[in-house]
Amino acid sequence: MTATATNTTPLATGADARMRVAQVLLASALLLAAGKGLLPQVLIRPPDWLVWPFADWINAFFAFLRDDLGLIHVTRAFADGVEWLLDVTANLLYGKNRWPRIGPIPWTVIAITAAAIGYYLNGWRLALLAGLTFVWVAVMGQWEWTMETLSVILVAAPVSVLLGLLTGTLAWKSPTFRKILNPLLNVAQSLPHFAYMIPVVVFIGVGPKAGAIVTIIFSVPPMIRMTLLGLQKVPPEVIEAGHMAGATRWQLLRHVRLPTARSDLLVGVNQVIMQCLAMVVLASFIGMPGLGQKLLQLLQGLKIGRSIEIGITIVLLAVMLDRCSKAWATKQPEHLEKGTSWLIRHRILVIWASLATLFWALSLVFPLLHEIGRREAFSLSDPLDAIMDWIIVTLDPITQWLRWFLIVWVLIPLRDGMLWLPFSAVLVFLMAVGWAVGGRRSALICLAYFGLIAMSGWWDRAMITVYTVTFAVFLATLIGFPLGIWGSRSEGRARAVLLVCDTLQTFPSFIYLIPVIMLFGVNDVAVVGAVVLFAAVPLIRYTIEGLRGVPEAQIEAANMSGASRKQTLWSVRLPLALPTIMVGVNQSVMFSLFMVIIAAFIGTQDLGQEMQRALSSSDVGKGLVLGLAVAFMGLMVDHLVTVWARRRRKALGLEA
Amino acid sequence: MTDPAPVISCRNVWKLFGPRPEAYLAGLDPQASYDAIRADGYVPAVRDVSLDIAQGEMLVIMGLSGSGKSTLVRCLSRLIEITGGEVRVEGQTIGDLSEKELIDLRRSKMGMVFQSFGLLPHRTVLDNVAFPLEMRGQDVHTRRARAMEVIELVGLGGREDYFPRELSGGQQQRVGIARSLAIEPDIWFLDEPFSALDPLIRREMQDEFLRLQDMLGKTIVFITHDFDEALRLADRIAIMKDGAVEQCDRPDRIVMDPATDYVAKFIEDIEKARVVHASAMAQPVNGHDLTGAPVDGGKTISQLARLLVNDDRAILPVSGPDGAVIGALDRQKALDVLLGASE
Repeated sequence: MTATATNTTPLATGADARMRVAQVLLASALLLAAGKGLLPQVLIRPPDWLVWPFADWINAFFAFLRDDLGLIHVTRAFADGVEWLLDVTANLLYGKNRWPRIGPIPWTVIAITAAAIGYYLNGWRLALLAGLTFVWVAVMGQWEWTMETLSVILVAAPVSVLLGLLTGTLAWKSPTFRKILNPLLNVAQSLPHFAYMIPVVVFIGVGPKAGAIVTIIFSVPPMIRMTLLGLQKVPPEVIEAGHMAGATRWQLLRHVRLPTARSDLLVGVNQVIMQCLAMVVLASFIGMPGLGQKLLQLLQGLKIGRSIEIGITIVLLAVMLDRCSKAWATKQPEHLEKGTSWLIRHRILVIWASLATLFWALSLVFPLLHEIGRREAFSLSDPLDAIMDWIIVTLDPITQWLRWFLIVWVLIPLRDGMLWLPFSAVLVFLMAVGWAVGGRRSALICLAYFGLIAMSGWWDRAMITVYTVTFAVFLATLIGFPLGIWGSRSEGRARAVLLVCDTLQTFPSFIYLIPVIMLFGVNDVAVVGAVVLFAAVPLIRYTIEGLRGVPEAQIEAANMSGASRKQTLWSVRLPLALPTIMVGVNQSVMFSLFMVIIAAFIGTQDLGQEMQRALSSSDVGKGLVLGLAVAFMGLMVDHLVTVWARRRRKALGLEA
Repeated sequence: MTDPAPVISCRNVWKLFGPRPEAYLAGLDPQASYDAIRADGYVPAVRDVSLDIAQGEMLVIMGLSGSGKSTLVRCLSRLIEITGGEVRVEGQTIGDLSEKELIDLRRSKMGMVFQSFGLLPHRTVLDNVAFPLEMRGQDVHTRRARAMEVIELVGLGGREDYFPRELSGGQQQRVGIARSLAIEPDIWFLDEPFSALDPLIRREMQDEFLRLQDMLGKTIVFITHDFDEALRLADRIAIMKDGAVEQCDRPDRIVMDPATDYVAKFIEDIEKARVVHASAMAQPVNGHDLTGAPVDGGKTISQLARLLVNDDRAILPVSGPDGAVIGALDRQKALDVLLGASE
């Protein structure tokens, strides 16, 4: 390829030489694109001999694992264990007829329990949030679906935490294992949700059991990471103190390292819970009952009011679970005065126990306190529908025009342009970017990632994904960047905007589809809209964090040099904040990729659509190849941004 | 201190950091300089150190940061493995101990206090102090009772239910001290225990420490970078530079007779009269005409200042601890020390 010819430029090091090579590469890419008419077919689309049957190999490998190695017995056994646990929570929460046969617990008791946990973790406000969430669920008549969802989380989250803790500890113990695990985790964390589902469907089938297992697998990686991080962060003196106290290795791990890493481990728990919720909602695609399934049905039936109700429930659950687990992570032990009586020491427990008993007894007399049936339940769907209809009708001229404009003038031309490009030009262009950012190594990494995508045989589909993501991130930047700058103006504003961003980030991705489908209907514009919404959040967040994180001394120096606010922003704050902002761009791309794939069910033509097909035909090989193609896009961007940001930080002296 | 069997004895101890330290040390000239070793890509944190620490002695290891003093104390307790040489504790070579034997040794004989305390954040004061006892499997009641005893001893009675973050720095270090004393160790390592505290608290903790030591009489290895602290506490001081011990001697001998230029520079600003005892300046009696009341050899020159200035004898008799005359003090020389005249 043309790239090899440029390798022979003098071995000058440093930015200049890098830029020169990058320019040569860029010029060749442009040349390839401009001269498309003259190019042989081999350089326009990957020829057949370049497309390798990865999917067949993966299928053969999985068949070998499943049948020859008998892994299916292991997975089935594990699945049966999980199913038993699921039956227990299902019985307690919504009265499935299984051991221990004491459920369903009355909704009032569950609401009181949640409030008590909230109070224990962070006082009144969290108690109110937790309690009222369940009151809302019960009153809106969504109890059973919510409990179906929760019963899975209640099993999946602890199992994930345990698995993550074990794997993380092993990785911490063995550097070799860590070296193998790290790239695997990188790939695992950039694989789209659906890529996880297909193998699970093959090994376990569909239904709640499969939903729980895919949830477990999906949410383990962050726990592994946080366990590793936490264990590595324990101060050496604490460990030496343990040694000098004569602790054996096991005692050291059990009594010194793990408890000292508590905060990091609990941050891991928080991430696990949030991942679980996001996945459990999506698992409706493989037959997981609960809120996700209901939402999917309602969205497909375009029942906007009812979907908003479910959406509110999911959001409330997400916020509640997030706040509770975060409060747990930051909760510090406190001592009580000497001589405090048992009753006061355990007053929350006592109050909870008495209230729970009282309401359980009451619920036997008043069935409404036990369960609110569909008939007694409230529903906001009629007024909501009316409001939404009004909004849709009022906004219709705008949305109509926007839809027309975007589809005809932006999306279709962009897509066609992307598809028109010869694949060789794209590869050389990416190498140019890689070379500009990180020299030869980065150029080769970019080539490898996209080269593999070309070899997967899904080039056209991948380009559609690339175009959606690029355009969406571009729009997200246009929105997020000014909002971030606006939000960073004052401490109070920054805190408020960050709180909103934090809250939005806890929402499962599925939720973002509700408003855009409502406004734009089922088409490409809705997809782009959902992706933009989803991707703007991390951008806003990191822009604010970057701008607020600029050292005070630099700003004071700029002020004393007589810089105006605008000058300070452009010449001091932004350059210093840019590395952090780029981390936001990176996350934004990641989020976009996830969202594009999820949005496939409302009709796209990209990799996600193919993945849906692979899911319905249980084609593991195809599914994983597609998943990896998406992951490679994310990993390439991640590599570029990380290298760039590190170099930039070093240049700015922000990092040694 | 001429105890024939030292409690801790180290011979030619080396600790090198680098790619293949053992092999490198085997081919190394023992006289090689610090810079030569650095040039070969190795960091000699501890360089050919030989020391003996006697029963009940307090040895202060003193040096600037990076001089290897913390590494040396970790070699003595085998928190890190040494590259060459030998460390013996009560006659046992600790490098040869199995993991289990080492744990037993620490559970019964050693205590250590750390610069940033090393407390377990999730445990109360009581549970932190009881931790070493818990590790060796003592039951809850005995270990709580013992922990309460040491908590009272370090003056934290009433705070036993607090968590470390609810305490001030000085109090946290008291917890660290209590924890290290819980198992009644014979050997007590203190790694810059007061460096993280502010000056007033530091002074208070030093007094507290001297009080404890008077009561307990342990064998102590104390690390500090503060020369005043070293002078206040030490029976002997070992001054380290670039991993090697420059001089190891009694404080007044170091002040009166520095072995190297480095040590001399160190003591330049020290007020010698506050360190040097009359006995250390006493010369043999031979032939001197000693008259009048003797001065107490155990007092420092600055404590004797008024007497030295007012007395008119040229030579003063010096008495030992039992009151007998042990030597003669040249009043003029003593006044030179008192006035800080350079020799």
